[in-house]
Amino acid sequence: MYEFEFKRPGTIADAVAALGAEEAQMLGGGQTLLPTMKQRLAAPAVLVSLGGIAEMQGVCTDDAGRICVGGGTTHAAVAAATAESYPALSHLAGHIGDPAVRNRGTIGGSLANNDPAACYPAAVLASGANVVTNTREIAADDFFEGMFTTALNDGEIITEVKFPVPVAANYQKFLQPASRFALTGVFVAKFAGAVRVAVTGASEDGVFRWSEAEAALSGNFSPEAVDGLSVSADGMIADLHGSAAYRANLVKVLTKRAVAAC
Amino acid sequence: MPKDSGIGASSKRREDVRFLTGTGNYTDDINLNGQAYVHFLRSDVAHGRLNKVDTSVAAEMPGVVRIFTGADFEGVGGLPCGWQVTDKHGNPMQEPAHPVLAQGKVRHVGDPIAAVVAETAAQARNAAEAIELDIEELPAVIDMKEAVKEGATKVHDDLESNLCYDWGFVEENKAAVDEAFEKAAHVTTLELVNQRLVANPMEPRVAVGDYNRATGDSTLYTTSQNPHVIRLLMGAFVLGIPEHKLRVVAPDVGGGFGSKIFHYAEEAFCTFAAKALARPVKWTSSRSEAFISDAHGRDHVTKIELALDADNNFTALRTDTYANMGAYLSTFAPSVPTWLHGTLMAGNYKTPLIYVNVKAVFTNTVAVDAYRGAGRPEATYQLERVIDKAARELGVDPVDLRRQNFITEFPYATPVAVEYDTGDYNATMDRLLEMVDRDGFEARAAESAKSGKLRGFGVNTYIEACGIAPSALVGQLGARAGLYESATVRVNATGGLVVMTGSHSHGQGHETAFPQVVADMIGISEDMVEIVHGDTANTPMGMGTYGSRSLAVGGSAIVRATEKIINKAKKIAAHLMEASEGDIELKDGQFTVAGTDKSVAWGDVTLAAYVPHNYPLEEIEPGLEETAFYDPANFTYPAGAYACEVEVDPDTGKVTICSFAAADDFGNVVNPMIVEGQVHGGLAQGIGQALLEGAVYDENGQLLSASYMDYAMPRADDLPSFQVDHSCATPCTHNPLGVKGCGEAGAIGSPPAVVNAVVDALQRGGHNVTHIDMPLSPGRVWQAMNG
Ligand SMILES: Cc1cc2nc3c(=O)[nH]c(=O)nc-3n(C[C@H](O)[C@H](O)[C@H](O)COP(=O)(O)OP(=O)(O)OC[C@H]3O[C@@H](n4cnc5c(N)ncnc54)[C@H](O)[C@@H]3O)c2cc1C
Repeated sequence: MYEFEFKRPGTIADAVAALGAEEAQMLGGGQTLLPTMKQRLAAPAVLVSLGGIAEMQGVCTDDAGRICVGGGTTHAAVAAATAESYPALSHLAGHIGDPAVRNRGTIGGSLANNDPAACYPAAVLASGANVVTNTREIAADDFFEGMFTTALNDGEIITEVKFPVPVAANYQKFLQPASRFALTGVFVAKFAGAVRVAVTGASEDGVFRWSEAEAALSGNFSPEAVDGLSVSADGMIADLHGSAAYRANLVKVLTKRAVAAC
Repeated sequence: MPKDSGIGASSKRREDVRFLTGTGNYTDDINLNGQAYVHFLRSDVAHGRLNKVDTSVAAEMPGVVRIFTGADFEGVGGLPCGWQVTDKHGNPMQEPAHPVLAQGKVRHVGDPIAAVVAETAAQARNAAEAIELDIEELPAVIDMKEAVKEGATKVHDDLESNLCYDWGFVEENKAAVDEAFEKAAHVTTLELVNQRLVANPMEPRVAVGDYNRATGDSTLYTTSQNPHVIRLLMGAFVLGIPEHKLRVVAPDVGGGFGSKIFHYAEEAFCTFAAKALARPVKWTSSRSEAFISDAHGRDHVTKIELALDADNNFTALRTDTYANMGAYLSTFAPSVPTWLHGTLMAGNYKTPLIYVNVKAVFTNTVAVDAYRGAGRPEATYQLERVIDKAARELGVDPVDLRRQNFITEFPYATPVAVEYDTGDYNATMDRLLEMVDRDGFEARAAESAKSGKLRGFGVNTYIEACGIAPSALVGQLGARAGLYESATVRVNATGGLVVMTGSHSHGQGHETAFPQVVADMIGISEDMVEIVHGDTANTPMGMGTYGSRSLAVGGSAIVRATEKIINKAKKIAAHLMEASEGDIELKDGQFTVAGTDKSVAWGDVTLAAYVPHNYPLEEIEPGLEETAFYDPANFTYPAGAYACEVEVDPDTGKVTICSFAAADDFGNVVNPMIVEGQVHGGLAQGIGQALLEGAVYDENGQLLSASYMDYAMPRADDLPSFQVDHSCATPCTHNPLGVKGCGEAGAIGSPPAVVNAVVDALQRGGHNVTHIDMPLSPGRVWQAMNG
């Protein structure tokens, strides 16, 4: 790790100001950023911690019935707060990493990072959530732009995420044996009018919606509805832990399991 | 009735109090006055010519004390190899130079190029980044079969080729073996990979060098399994420091699994630099550094063939193995695929003819050396896999085929140069089958099928050669060291004992088990015995801990030294009781005169030894301290039978271990709880190899699995609750304790059981899969099922 200056503002406004400095970077829970800094692959001159900003903490429900999670809320806090109101989200948050990761890592950090194997992007995309920043509100469908890329501008802070609550939902995470991130993960969310299926861990383009499955499931919400569909291995990730064909297979298997569990 | 102390008791591990409460003293806990820190600049390319190492800018960076490069080590020895293998033509192996810091070329990712010593670790690292390198990249030699082809790029320009040796064993038997294959009624052939592993002890390596200008003494504190071996190798071969001017201390060590046997460049560097700079120099490995600088394990590519007659008797076995040495020869690397592997190819079976061929190959990868089991897991895996495949091809039960071919008479001289002293392979197999309820398997399989899972059962046996090793024998085989063990037993005036052992505990529990032996012999409380180990300044020359040798060899030395103590104490007791020495008996800490009611206590005798007022000074010296060196007459041969039951999810390829049972014959057992713990740990590592672990290089020599993001270590929830048993004991016939050793068994015996079970599950599920290479990750198993 190189030396850096550390700031811990108490408000979003102060954070924005602090981020105006040369080579300043936000620090959420540090579960991704700190290891990268230790390896000297990132070297911010100023680290602006979002941990002291009260308005970015906690979970509440808005007038539209949406679950609103502060951008600085830890995975453990989300798991605890949504156990009744949105069990699938709670379960997802409660199975990220290990207790240390869940007690430090934040939803804002996870979404901003948009790791192709991360869990939250699947929940956000399948739920049709809105990502709220210090300057605007971005629909999930417009937020994720490929592996490690999002619609966020430099210095834009995720302050809140608003989740519409589905009638039924389930997240199936198939563990990568070493990291225990999602080798592939599928989040199925059934709403009154439609079904949304979001897949993480599989595609070279990051999290995506499996629209064929959505269409099939909207007509017949049962595992068998997916049987006739096939997932192409083109563009799927191939690495030590699984071939592209294997991941394509997992997409289908996990989708069926998620539907069965809804 | 379980005993509550002495041999056979499950005494609680006394060392755990400090290990579990954070009060251990590990090498990284040692900080000396005026200490500087070293950071090694390591190669990030696998193979290249080192045209220039420019340290001029870096040398001016804040805090830099001095920067060393290969040039500073020109007059210094290289890291030695402790074992010379002779090839099948009678020629010595090719042995490349191994400089402390790279000279002329870099040969693997992680090869140290320069060492920056600075006031702080961060300053050292900062300066290392400012070193300018001019490396001309060369093609990386990664695949072993490509490496030995005519015209392949050479890892070492001054060697003839990348072939370290081509070993045939027993070469004289080759023609007879080939002939037996011609005549065989059935031949089963299997090609497999025993994949490369990274040992990953919990504590990464650390070294602190120190130099005393007043006395000219050097001290090295290091994470080692064998401090005396390091003192000898580093002192005599690398730095030219006589042993009486060099002290090596290996304090608490957090696991080694073999990877801390070897003498590493960083140890030599810290000792050398401490003298050059006249101040202590410390290095602490990061986990990332460990992946590219600790010796790796396994990495064999094998073709094995088993010949059977019409009655399914094994008639011959033939193997052809490529063994990866990596870029340099690590300390014991050449012995692992040869003498620790070829000699075990008979397994538990009376196959009369065996021929083993091993080609050891240099590649642009991290050096490969002994890792828990070392050679014996590789032998067991291929043998037990090919037998399983043969059973399937012949349509016979895999247990029956094994039983039919078991060795049943002992001692048994194998065709691969070793003699098993004792064993009972049917007994461990019987015990195993009792443990696993094989008859209930079909019902369990039907239950699994209800949830769409395929269930499979796998069984195997293993044998290992432990208690390493008879010095004269290993000397003939090319070892450049003896493999005895030593102990000094010092009795204090008030009766307590300190045992200074050459064995080294890095988690095994010596501090608990060794006192059980000594206390039992004298009949006193275990609390009266303390163990000292790990410091060449206060222990006799010993060879350290590996190869399940500590109790069998080190413990035997302790027994011999304690016998000497008891003999002398009896002389003193005889004098005190005015009796004849031959009539003295020692029981429960009391000396008595046979046939009388006279007695003196242990403490009275020890006091007399140090306060010799009434003492036979004309016959014996005062004091009570004895040393013994024990050189074993043979290896010990722990053996056993293991079984695994798995469930495979055909949709995802995920393997779940439902149960795992191990029936081991370790001979006599001193502490059953410690033995059980050793087996649990071994099984975790063996199952880790079978299902999870694997070090993978890409074709450019970059290690893809270079962190825990991609190198999968076994976790508790990957493992079932083990059933372990060691009641089938045939005591070793040639050491005083009758013990065989248990440290490696679990890791040796478990991989084939797991793979056999998975193949069984897939075959039952109608998949024509005869083999899958480890690790049996979900992706690989699914791929095998789906072409
Ligand atoms: C051992 C381990 C296991 C893990 N397992 C999983 C897993 O199973 N599934 C999973 O999904 N993840 C997993 N993670 C990742 C974890 O969820 C991280 O918490 C997450 O990726 C990053 O969140 P963070 O708050 O720690 O962000 P940081 O590391 O602090 O920051 C990450 C990036 O986001 C930026 N950032 C942080 N907060 C904000 C914000 N509010 N607005 C905009 N940008 C911001 C930072 O500047 C940085 O670029 C694991 C991590 C570890 C270490």
